[in-house]
Amino acid sequence: MTGTILEVSQLKTSFFTENGEVPAVSDVTFRLEKGEILGVVGESGCGKSVTSLSIMGLVEQPGKVVGGHIAFKGEDLTQASAKKMRQIRGNDIAMIYQDPMSALNPVHTIGAQLMECLGLHHKATRKSARRQAIECLERVGLPQAEQLMHYYPHQLSGGMCQRVMIAMAMICEPEVLIADEPTTALDVTIQAQILELMKTLNREFNTSIIFITHDLGVVAEICDRVLVMYNGRVVEQGTIHTLFKAPKHPYTKGLIQSVPDVREKKQRLYSIPGMVPSPGEIKKGCPFAPRCERALAQCYEIEPPFIKYENGDAVRCLLYEAEKKEVTTHGRIGDFTRSPQPKKVF
Amino acid sequence: MVESETLLEARNLRKYFDVKGSGGRKHPNLLKAVDGVSFSVSKGETLGIVGESGCGKSTTGRMLLRLIEPTAGQILFEGRDLTQLSQREMRKQRRHIQMVFQNPLASLNPRRTVGELLEQPLKVHRMGNVSERKQRVMALLKTVGLNETAYGRYPHQFSGGQRQRIAIARALAVTPKLIVADEPVSALDVSVQAQILNLLKDLQEAYQLTYLFISHDLGVVRHISDRVAVMYLGRIVEIASTEDLYNDPKHPYTQALISTVPIPDPEYSGERVLLQGDIPSASEPPSGCPFHTRCPLAMEACKTVVPRLQESEADHFVSCHLYHKVEA
Repeated sequence: MTGTILEVSQLKTSFFTENGEVPAVSDVTFRLEKGEILGVVGESGCGKSVTSLSIMGLVEQPGKVVGGHIAFKGEDLTQASAKKMRQIRGNDIAMIYQDPMSALNPVHTIGAQLMECLGLHHKATRKSARRQAIECLERVGLPQAEQLMHYYPHQLSGGMCQRVMIAMAMICEPEVLIADEPTTALDVTIQAQILELMKTLNREFNTSIIFITHDLGVVAEICDRVLVMYNGRVVEQGTIHTLFKAPKHPYTKGLIQSVPDVREKKQRLYSIPGMVPSPGEIKKGCPFAPRCERALAQCYEIEPPFIKYENGDAVRCLLYEAEKKEVTTHGRIGDFTRSPQPKKVF
Repeated sequence: MVESETLLEARNLRKYFDVKGSGGRKHPNLLKAVDGVSFSVSKGETLGIVGESGCGKSTTGRMLLRLIEPTAGQILFEGRDLTQLSQREMRKQRRHIQMVFQNPLASLNPRRTVGELLEQPLKVHRMGNVSERKQRVMALLKTVGLNETAYGRYPHQFSGGQRQRIAIARALAVTPKLIVADEPVSALDVSVQAQILNLLKDLQEAYQLTYLFISHDLGVVRHISDRVAVMYLGRIVEIASTEDLYNDPKHPYTQALISTVPIPDPEYSGERVLLQGDIPSASEPPSGCPFHTRCPLAMEACKTVVPRLQESEADHFVSCHLYHKVEA
């Protein structure tokens, strides 16, 4: 791995509705290293998809990126012009969506859709675009690529469509690939094929991947590092080895314990009490406090800081604050730029 | 295992859908969604049905209540063949067999309050008078862990997990013996999924319920089921007790299916059987064993001879030529 390719700091994206400002993402900070697969896990409404849309500059009205920075190749994407974003999107940063059937245009052939990206970004001639498109389809393991160019999306199965989506995202050889639940709509045997393919592409092209999912099994399978999100915030980050073996945040712990295991039968599943709060519902303190078994009185009062460790791990929980102070006196805190404590918005 | 009373038995169930616009009247193009499925469910047990999309698991579940009419086969419920009943008699039987669907937002009428929704099945089956029904609804809300204030509210005012609780309460209202649950937790987040699975287990214990639990999630099925049936292209390929099936899967498809489930443990290094290709279409199923096109162990005989579901070990049935000699 050689250096950071994408750095998101204190990203805040809000939706302006009739009921006022709703922060879908209230504080997201992370770095994506060259060639790594970074997992983003969380339950519905935690802001994982809005984070990816913010990076792509695809947040639509009434949503807006209201704070923070997204540094990509020395440029702040939050400040980039629409024209600049169009150049980056699809060319430098590409995206794969959950439902391939609805992400592909039903009235254009696979070939036309693949060649369009090349024409837009590389001003390729028809002939060379066609050749590259066929190569790309072969690379993602689709048989009879030449015939496939003339097919329409409805003639393909879900797994094949997702391969076409991946081919389309990879055709301009982007440096960053954002995959938003790319295997959720697929069956397990097909999911295994797609995960294998993404691992191969990551190795061969050294593409950095942000892999958004709700499935902890998939994370353990494919990712190098993970961010756990809850209510618009990153609550924990770490390598998959530290995160699964020694999760810090009570939410991460609960999440890992509540997954039924195919390997053994548990008598009773652990379940986190209560429900996922809607964005902006909790205005004070730690958003997880009402569901947290270890919540302290001050958890309901103070928004916990994002505590960073030397090895790159981080956790947003008051339980670890005392511990961290010891760390600071003994050594430096990673090479992260120390961010000021997030301001309370409400 | 203690031999227990059979509550429901499906014998050779089939459902063929006529795919319109192809083939014509002489050669109708039939989609064999379910093609000869037999199993039995004992009182108080949970039978899990797993399989990938299009394997016919949901069609099977719906046929048991005759929400989809079977093309052929028998459904014996407490010894009575449901397929022979008139619509009116069938409606009475549905008091004993209830269903919980995947998406509660689609299965709960958005214009009725929770109170009305839960009272509906009681009215249909003429149970109790007005005050008794209201009492029953209140008790049901409490049983599934909802507040009494839910009575006058509408489904859209609840979260996904709470809505599924409402759907479960509605199924429970008429004190059924069997609940067919079709992917009841698939639309839920993991933390909520665990709550609902625990609730289903508690209810089973409290009311001696029998479940037919349909899901694509092998982890969930392992957690909740006593026995599991694996379906592929409209047929059961393997059926056994949960422990036997997961610890010693016989059918190559079951083996592949279990091995491809991602394990939430980065240290885990189990062997993975990666299947090639897609699931064939049910309207053009392969000849012989439906799985032979993707099977890593396929033999010559698999291409022509359809394997039958046979016992390979005690109470462990598998439909595969590897375990039973092909009869010439």
